[in-house]
This record gives sequence, C-alpha cells and structure tokens, in this order.
Amino acid sequence: MKERLTAIYHTIGLPRLIIAGFLLLLLIIASGTELSVAGLLSDALVRIGQNGIYVLAMVPSIQAGVGLNFGLPVGVICGIVGALVAMEFNLIGFTGLLTALLLAIPLAVGAGFLYALLLNRVAGQEMMVGTYVGFSVVAGMCIFWLLAPFRNPAMIWPVGGVGLRTTLTLADTFGGTLNDFLQFEIFGLTVPTGLLLFYALIVTLVWLFFKTKAGVALEVVGRNPRFAAASGLSLTKYRTLGIIMSTVLAAIGYVTYAQSFGFVQLYNGPLMTAFPAVAGVLIGGASTREAKVSHAILGVILFQTLLTVAMPVTNQLIEGNISEIARVIVSNGMILYALTRATGGEQA
Amino acid sequence: MSVPVLEMRGISKAFFGTQVLKDVNLTVERGQIHCLVGENGAGKSTLMNILFGMPVITNTGGYEGDLFINGEKKSFDSPRAAIETGIGMVHQEFMLLPGFTVTENIKLNRELTKANPFSAIFGEKLETLNRAQMAKDARTALDRLGMTIDEWAPVAGLPVGYLQFVEIAREIDKENLQLLVLDEPTAVLTESEAEQFLEVIKRLAQSGISILFITHRLDEVMAVADRITILKDGELVSTGPKEEYTISQIAELMVGRKVDTASRRTRTRQPSDEVVLQIRGLRVNMPGETLRGIDLDVRKGEILGLGGLAGHGKVGLANGIMGLYPSQGQVLYEGRELPLNNTQAALKAGLAFVSEDRRGVGLVLEDTIANNIVLTSMQSQDRFLKPGFLKLKDEKKILEHAREFIDKFDIRCTGPDQIVRRLSGGNQQKVCLARAFTQQPKLLFVSEPTRGIDVGAKSRVLELIVELNEMGVTVVFTSSELAELRSIADRIAIVYEGRLAGFLPPDAPDVAFGLLMAGKSLEEVAAR
Repeated sequence: MKERLTAIYHTIGLPRLIIAGFLLLLLIIASGTELSVAGLLSDALVRIGQNGIYVLAMVPSIQAGVGLNFGLPVGVICGIVGALVAMEFNLIGFTGLLTALLLAIPLAVGAGFLYALLLNRVAGQEMMVGTYVGFSVVAGMCIFWLLAPFRNPAMIWPVGGVGLRTTLTLADTFGGTLNDFLQFEIFGLTVPTGLLLFYALIVTLVWLFFKTKAGVALEVVGRNPRFAAASGLSLTKYRTLGIIMSTVLAAIGYVTYAQSFGFVQLYNGPLMTAFPAVAGVLIGGASTREAKVSHAILGVILFQTLLTVAMPVTNQLIEGNISEIARVIVSNGMILYALTRATGGEQA
Repeated sequence: MSVPVLEMRGISKAFFGTQVLKDVNLTVERGQIHCLVGENGAGKSTLMNILFGMPVITNTGGYEGDLFINGEKKSFDSPRAAIETGIGMVHQEFMLLPGFTVTENIKLNRELTKANPFSAIFGEKLETLNRAQMAKDARTALDRLGMTIDEWAPVAGLPVGYLQFVEIAREIDKENLQLLVLDEPTAVLTESEAEQFLEVIKRLAQSGISILFITHRLDEVMAVADRITILKDGELVSTGPKEEYTISQIAELMVGRKVDTASRRTRTRQPSDEVVLQIRGLRVNMPGETLRGIDLDVRKGEILGLGGLAGHGKVGLANGIMGLYPSQGQVLYEGRELPLNNTQAALKAGLAFVSEDRRGVGLVLEDTIANNIVLTSMQSQDRFLKPGFLKLKDEKKILEHAREFIDKFDIRCTGPDQIVRRLSGGNQQKVCLARAFTQQPKLLFVSEPTRGIDVGAKSRVLELIVELNEMGVTVVFTSSELAELRSIADRIAIVYEGRLAGFLPPDAPDVAFGLLMAGKSLEEVAAR
C-alpha cells in the first residue's frame, strides 16, 4: 500500500500536488463567501473543454523534438478561416461546426507543412522562431481580414461595408453547439457534456497515435535524433509530422474554443493563444523535451481551474479588481518556472 | 617512514540512503603511483569527489571519516581549496579551451604578468601578460612530459592524445603540486599514446609527485603501479604492493568471480570462403575517422576484426556502410549493390550496427530498456506490432521479448520498464547488443563494444558476440584493444590512414601488429 502511494506520488509530482492542494484551499475559502462553488466549478469545466485541445497540441511538437509550439496561432488562423466560411453561409448548429472543422483541418495541414519547412531549417531555435512566426502570422492576417471577400452583413463593418469586424458573434450560427449537446445539471453543477466528449475523443485519437508505429518513430526522433537516424528514420519527415499534428490540433482547438466562447475574435485576438496552452502543458508536468497526453490533461485541469477559481476568490478577499493582473502573473510565472526547469519529467 | 602525502581513513558515504562507500582507507606515499581499480559503480569516482570537496558531496550531507594531507587533517569544501593544497586532477573529459593556444591553456587563470602604466592606475587586472615567461614555463612543463608540440599551437585540432598531455602539463606547471589524480586518462588514448602516457607518469613519480591513477585497463596497472587498491561495491577488498598481484587476481578481486580476460575461444564452426560483403574504394567522411578508399572482403560466417590506431578510420567503415556519415564507393552485399547513404536500405538488407557511441547513437537514454531493445526492429521490419491497419505496438510482446533478453544477457536492472540512463555502462552495452540480436541480422557491425565497461561485463559482451556468430551471423568487430580482437576474431584487418594496411591472423606476434599499425607494409612485416 505504502509503495503504491509513493508510486502515485512520483507520477503526479510535488508541484502538481501543491497546486491541487492550493485549489482545494481556494474552494474551501470560496464556500465561506457568497460565491457559488458549483458555479465556479461549472465555469472551470467549460474552460477545461474550451482550452484542452490547445494544450494537447503541445504534445506532438514536444515529442517530435521541436519543443513547445509557440507558433500555435498558425493553426488558430486556419480554425478562424474555417469558422468564418461556415458563418458566411449561415450554417447553423452541427452543420456549421463540422463545415468549419472540415475546412480548417486541410488548411492546417498545408499551413503546418509550410511552418515545418521553416522550423526544420532553424533546428535548435524552434521555440524562439515559432513565437515570432506566430506573431507575424497574426499581424499578416490583419490585412487579410480587411481584404477578405466575405459578404455576410453580420460579419463586415456596418458603415464602410469592407473588411471584417473585430468581434463576430456565433450566437446565430454554431455558438454553444457542443456545450449544449446533452448538457445536464447536477447539484447546481452544469456539465457541458458534448464539449467534454469531443475533447475526450480528440485526446483518445492523439493517445492512440502515440501507440502506433509512426507515433513511436516520432518519439524516437524527438528523444535521440542520432539513434533515430541509425534506425533508418527520416528526421525531417517525423518532425514535419509532429508540427503538422500540432497545427491541426490548434485549428480544431480554435473551432472548439470559439463555439464555447460564442465569439470569433479577429485581428489581434489570436496573438497570445500559445501562452496559456504552453503554461498548461508545463504545469501538467511536461518539459520542453518530454510531454505525455496525461500531462496535457492534468495540466489543463489544474491551470484552468486555478484561473477560474482563484480570481473571484481573491477578488472577494482583497479590495479592488486584481483578477486580470493575477491571471497574467500566474500564467506567465508558470511558463517562466517551467522553462527554467528544462530537465522536466520526473524532477519537474 | 615519511608522512604520506594523502591518507584517507574510514571514509563512508551514502547518497539518499544508498551506501556507496563503506569504511575505505587509502594511503598514498610520496612519489608513489597508486592505482585505484574497481568495476563501474564501485565507488571510485565518489572517493575522488570527496578528496576534491566536490559540491555533489557537500550538497548531499558530506561524508564520514578523515582526510589527511601530509599528516594534517583537512576537509575541503570546494575544489579550489583542494587545488590550493596541491592536489591536481586530470578528468576523463577534457577541460581545455579549444580556441586558446597550448601555453594559454596551461597558464589559464594563473597568467604571469608585468606592470604597465595602466595597471599602475587601474590595478593588477590590467597588467600586461608576460608571454615570453609563460611560454618558457609551458615549454618546461611540456619537456618534462617529453612532448615536442609547439607551445603556441592552438588546442583546437590537436589529436586527442595530445590534449591529455596538455592537461597534465597544466597540472605539473603548478609549483605546489604534490598529488595528481588521473581519472581513466587512457580511455580515449590509442595503445601507443597510452604507452607514452604511462612513461610520462613514471617520470613524474620519480620527480617526487604522487599519482593516484584510476583505470579500467589492468595491463596498465601492472605496467606502472607501485601499489594497488581494489574497490568493490564501495568496500575496499584488497590493497598492497603490485608485486603481490597478477592481472587475473586483480580482475577476480574486482568482480568477485573468475574471469579470463583474453583467452582464445574455441570454434565449433568454420567460416566459409564465400565473400558476403565486398567493399571497393569506400570513402567515408566521418570527422576524425575518415576513410580514404578502402578495399575489403568480408567472408560469410567469420568474425572479422578491424584494428588500427585511433583516427585512422577503422570506426568510419561501419558508420559509412550504415549510412550515418556521407560516403562514396561501391559496396556489394551478397552480390547485390548496397546503396550508400541509405540507412533504411542497409537495415532492410539484414545489416545491424552496434555503435561505438553508445550513449549518443546506440541508445535512447530516456526510454525504457524494452523500447530500446525493439525500436529498430519495429521501425525497419514492422515487428512487435499488432495486426491491423493502425500498426499499434504490441506492448505485451515487447515486454515478453525484453524480459527474455534481460535474463539471457544478464542485464542488471529493476525490470524492462527501467530507463536506460540509469544502467551502468556494461548493462547499457548489453541493451545495445540485445537490440542488434532482435534485428536478427545476417551481418553485424560492432564497434568498440567494451569501451568504458568493467571487466565482468566485458567478457560477457565478447561472449555474446561469439554466440551470435555461432548462430551464423557474420560479424565485423572494430576495437582499439588488440587483445580483444585477438581473442575472438578469425582474421584481423588493420586500417592505416584510411586504407587497408593488411590482414593478420589473430595469433601473429605483437610486433607484426605494431608495425602494420605504424604504416609498415605487410612485406616489411614479413621480413622481420
């Protein structure tokens, strides 16, 4: 029994136990205030489903040896384009959602391939280059949003009639499609069943991938490129595969995120998408060189719950609104903490 | 009797509850060469870390026991304190700045300076280097070692053997040096360099410097030691003057069982005359081990030994044929042309490779034993996969297979799930061999399989290679240790300056091998 417990302790790791303990403490404090604990947890569930796939997108890129995918916006943009086309044709509910996904995925494969061409040329500095690729793509797309040939009056600027608005609502098309699917309430806790099921589906697919021959090859390339070469594996091929997977997950992640959030934010909206995802996977116990699907799941649960619960609670306890500041400190602090611990894995 | 330079009394040390040293005593007299031998993990490095006050010791709760330098009780809290007391250390890895010259490296951080107007105002840090005097000192130190290299030569580009000497020159240039610790200094040296190295050590000892020499090579111990201390599992098992031991006794004491380091094996099957691998004009661009057009025939079912001095290209052969370094030329395998620079094709043809760079190329250190054993077969032969379109890996089969090899090869581990990084060098090498066995190759290249592993594992590794050969696999066995080549090879090819110098039978006299390795032709060798 004792050995079992130590084994569990070692797989979870001290930092995650501390965070979980802190969360529990926050919830206890929250129950003493006028805040509804069930409400907080409902919010947390939504945010977990909403951000889960972004965090998951980090796993293939880390495992392929490319590191954290700071260029997540590359995939996010593909997701946005998919969502916009679905909106343009006023496709409602699951039709809209599936159309958005079916458009976004091939776009993301193409964009991921081009992104991989670049990253394979700057081996060793993928994270730094990726960060700026992300920023540049977002900036470049600002021009596209202005020139894009969308005609749906709900999407373009009302006055001049040219270019897309900064924030578009999905309420009339496929906003909340997944969240509302089979949604139920228990003890005041709202469970977004469809959203969580969809997340579980994607997690299972990624998990299965790492059990296949190609998944194993991708991991070997990431862990020891020289060994991989000596086993006849093409480094470029599997690194490219990892980057494409990450980009496609980002695109799927965006469509999921947008339907839950209810809005599409253009222009500088996707600029910072990579950072909470990076923080999430790192909190989950991944390092820049080793990430498991379980890290992504645990990470998104801890990080998003912490954000949703900690902010209202601190606002209750401390005068003035510091929630936004606290959120930025927590999420960037986590990235900083994790990046300084490049060893990761068991020690993190 | 005079006061010993170093005396360690009752040293014990535990890391997180694991006892790595138990009540070890060690005494080094002035001008003595004291050899410290033991298997990997016997506690040699820990003992040296204690002597040097390395942070790894102080950070883990210090040690028990006493340390005396010249009869004075000391306890070093940093390597700097140890150095100031007159202890020098030459590490296994070189600690030299490649962009600096030999002199600059020798005098690093101990530069000789002279005053100038700026330094008069701004202080000592701005004094001019006294290059002439520095060069003179460096020259003296190099001369003491019998080194002819230019003291102004840049370190980058010097042969590996020379770097070792530069390191020693740096240590002996320190005026108060009393005790020099050499941690497996000959591991990276070729045989002739090692010989020169041992000469130098003897000379240093005669000049009054005590030497603590850690090595795996027992013949070196016999060649230079005055006194020998043997550690096993953190305990001192024996110590005494060299005359009291023979090589086989030391080996026995180290591993606690009888081993035969270099006995000729008896063959049960004879290799045929059929040529299985025909190499013509093979050039391999492997830095440091370039092959410049080699012609070589490998016969079916033999163990072909591949010898030669370091840097002459013997290691390049396997790396070139397996497609790890760019190569050109013609290679015929079983009569068909083998495409070069194509690892996948070589693997598919039934070739396997155990790399000389065990940790860099041979293993995925962060992965489990089981995965390391099956990875190559899974990827190049589609084995260990469940049937079906998805090609899912068959975990059960993988674990079963790994357990079988752990038993068969006597891999010391906690189970097939253990991470390979945690294994000792010898056990890591067994994992590499298990991977090659798993590929069921028809031809196996094995390069330097015994480098840096202990005597017990060494003989087991050689046994395994022979075992594979008995199963009908042709083996090309590259090694820097002649004794090893002679113990298992059927023929030995010597590589000199990237070309084939000639073949010798394993029972040819030492001198024949020496001459061939030094660039003499077979005719000249025969004339002797």
